[in-house]
Amino acid sequence: MLAYIIRRIGQSALVLLIVGLVAFSMFRFVGDPIDNMLGQERTAEDIDRLRAQLGLDQPFVVQYFKFLEGAVQGNFGVSYRQGRPVAEILLERAPATLELAAVSGILAILFGIALGVFTAIRRDGVLANFIMSASLIGVSLPTFLIGILLIYLFSVELGWLPSFGRGETVDLGGWSTGFLTESGLKALILPSITLGLYQMTLIMRLVRSEMLEVLRQDYIRFARARGLRDRAVNFRHALKNTMVPVITVIGLQLGAIIAFAIITETVFQWPGVGLLFINAIQFVDIPVMAAYLMLISVMFVGINLLVDILYFFIDPRLRADRSGGH
Amino acid sequence: MKTTFALSMAAALLATTATVSAETLRWARSGDALTLDPHAQNEGPTHTIRHQMYEPLIIRDTTGAFEPALATDWAPKEDDPNVWVFNLREGVKFHDGADFTAEDVVFSFERAKQPNSDMKELIGSITEVRAVDDYTIEMVTDGPNPILPSNLTNLFIMDKGWAEANDTVNVQDFEGGEITYATTNANGTGPYVLTSREPDVRTVMTKNENYWGIDQFPLEVTEIVYTPIQNAATRVAALLSGEIDFLQDMPVQDLERVQNADGLTVKKAPQNRVIFFGMNMGADDIEADNVDGKNPLADVRVREAMSKAINRDAIQQVVMRGQSEPAGMIAPPFVNGWTEEMDAESSTDIEAAKALMEEAGYGDGFSIRLDCPNDRYVNDEAICQAAVGMLGQIGVTVNLDAKPKAQHFPLITDGQTDFYMLGWGVPTYDSEYIFNFLVHGRESDIGTWNGTGYDNDELDAKIKSLASNTDLEARNADIAEIWRVVQDEHLYIPIHHQVLNWGMAEKVGIEVDPEDQPKIKYFTMN
Repeated sequence: MLAYIIRRIGQSALVLLIVGLVAFSMFRFVGDPIDNMLGQERTAEDIDRLRAQLGLDQPFVVQYFKFLEGAVQGNFGVSYRQGRPVAEILLERAPATLELAAVSGILAILFGIALGVFTAIRRDGVLANFIMSASLIGVSLPTFLIGILLIYLFSVELGWLPSFGRGETVDLGGWSTGFLTESGLKALILPSITLGLYQMTLIMRLVRSEMLEVLRQDYIRFARARGLRDRAVNFRHALKNTMVPVITVIGLQLGAIIAFAIITETVFQWPGVGLLFINAIQFVDIPVMAAYLMLISVMFVGINLLVDILYFFIDPRLRADRSGGH
Repeated sequence: MKTTFALSMAAALLATTATVSAETLRWARSGDALTLDPHAQNEGPTHTIRHQMYEPLIIRDTTGAFEPALATDWAPKEDDPNVWVFNLREGVKFHDGADFTAEDVVFSFERAKQPNSDMKELIGSITEVRAVDDYTIEMVTDGPNPILPSNLTNLFIMDKGWAEANDTVNVQDFEGGEITYATTNANGTGPYVLTSREPDVRTVMTKNENYWGIDQFPLEVTEIVYTPIQNAATRVAALLSGEIDFLQDMPVQDLERVQNADGLTVKKAPQNRVIFFGMNMGADDIEADNVDGKNPLADVRVREAMSKAINRDAIQQVVMRGQSEPAGMIAPPFVNGWTEEMDAESSTDIEAAKALMEEAGYGDGFSIRLDCPNDRYVNDEAICQAAVGMLGQIGVTVNLDAKPKAQHFPLITDGQTDFYMLGWGVPTYDSEYIFNFLVHGRESDIGTWNGTGYDNDELDAKIKSLASNTDLEARNADIAEIWRVVQDEHLYIPIHHQVLNWGMAEKVGIEVDPEDQPKIKYFTMN
């Protein structure tokens, strides 16, 4: 078993290295950062001096190794746009993204499961059918459009909620939170709905189909025959058995929520790492782009690794394969 | 832990109530200042934020005219044309209470000349700044420099004592990632004092009650909350929903909407930026066309024909929705050397253009690639698309290649494009600036943005002589002569002058500044 885990970790590290290499080979197609960094009055010498100073005159493989060398020591370089260490900027921006992702995730899970169960139990009801049709919006409309629509409805027309930003935040030992102020909580509502809508509909549809499958099973019929009340049958027996695949999907979608926050953060000017990344692309801020991409790939690779290891414990067939009897 | 929570809650509550004041100006635009260090970056939005807290010797008012700031008057020294004398304002205090004296000016100019400074090119002609007494300064230049004052309007003065006490005597090494006290703190003489700053998120400034000009300017805004909002639709939504009082970087397609909304208004003025096409006429053969062994752009008749094919009125009406002024020369209207006659010289005449093409031997036309940015100027890519159709009418088949500015501009400075779009603003308000960068033959420190390959030694000598010509009348005559050559050679195809739009709540009173640098001290709120 240990060998299996070690091998998976080794594979994950390899994936990370390749992601980094591909990223660095792409950066020069994004543009030339020098042009954004120096004003229009700069001379040819200024350009050459800065290019050499930043190491941009080196081939990308060399730049990549320099980045790796720094990264393993926790040094991700200096942002070209802000002139500050990237690690510091990322740490400063992370709370905004993580709080947004957490609220979106919780909303998606709560409403997804509740609506999924409801539409499964009342599968022929008018309301359930309406919810099912409406959920198509969540799956098919692009995130930025949903965000803009919400802004126009709730900020411009009704004036209830703010259209941008995080509101007032409170600093708790380096972690800036929007949970403790009214404006902070209000500011969370629209972005978290925008970000979580897709995941919510996904979970809802998954719960519904799994639930319909389970409700057909013999043990549910026996439970009803035993005279158990509907609530006990639906929630204690049916829902519990529905949750196994749902939990797997939720786990995998967590990473997606953080990664897809880029678009939501841009629409709502949410000061998180996603907005930072978009700014970095426009400015060709290579250190920020590199650090962000590596961070996101570490996250995805980490989640996949965890899921793989969990499968190993859950699924005995995997173990049988690895112990190599045949 | 509980007390911490309670304290933070109380602090947050206080902060919330403090912002609810009638004279708060909530201001947004697309980007943030890159640093607060007065000399580390020479960039528009960065200067704009600094202007609220720091002051130069001279500023430009909302019409673009000089206005005394920390200097009360200035003139070349009578017996020495190489020296400018500035009399400084007395009784001015920095935000921390220190007195403003000549020593601070000397210090700030020396600081701005350091290698890490981004402002050093603008004051490159200054060899020495000396204090005659506490309130008089002499600036020595390496030759007569008649337009020196126009290079000083973004050169901010710091307090020497403050810089020394906080270890920021040296300009922040921006590219090296250095952070100094001056990067995140500010101590100027300006009308607003920095209260808090989170880069890219929010900057708060409050009125300086000890400002020297407190009776001279409206100063009706007591607090400024500045928030960058990147997404154009969100920016407009924030203005429409009343969360923002003042908005720069208005998207053209939303102007009418904002104008028609209750309580909102849009003000516009010509911007200090002209948009044009450049053509590589210097090469014997160019890469981007389909003509072998010859360069069609080297023929002035072809360049004139291409200029005649562009219908500037159609671009103004259709592409820009009226938000531009057709141009006939590549100087914005405020610039010394601009004339109404030359700015009206471009005309659309397809028949004449076809005849010129025929005469030049390109009656069947040719094809060429046009490089265009897609995220720099207002509707830049759409302008290029319109030009593709217009040039097609005279047989010039244009293949449009539009890309982000970070990829586009290196093509021009590295000489890798033969036909390109460029926009130009003139911070010094003088034609010499345009000639130095766009007309003079390309060398390492001059003509850096001249992608035309044009190189005329006689003209170059004339351009260089402008820098030290103190006889302003003769100098203006030279400028007019140089423009005549630029116009007759059809060095560039002028398109239009951009128009600047500021969206604001009706209670905000301000006229649009052609530099796109609002100075909040001029704002009224009613």
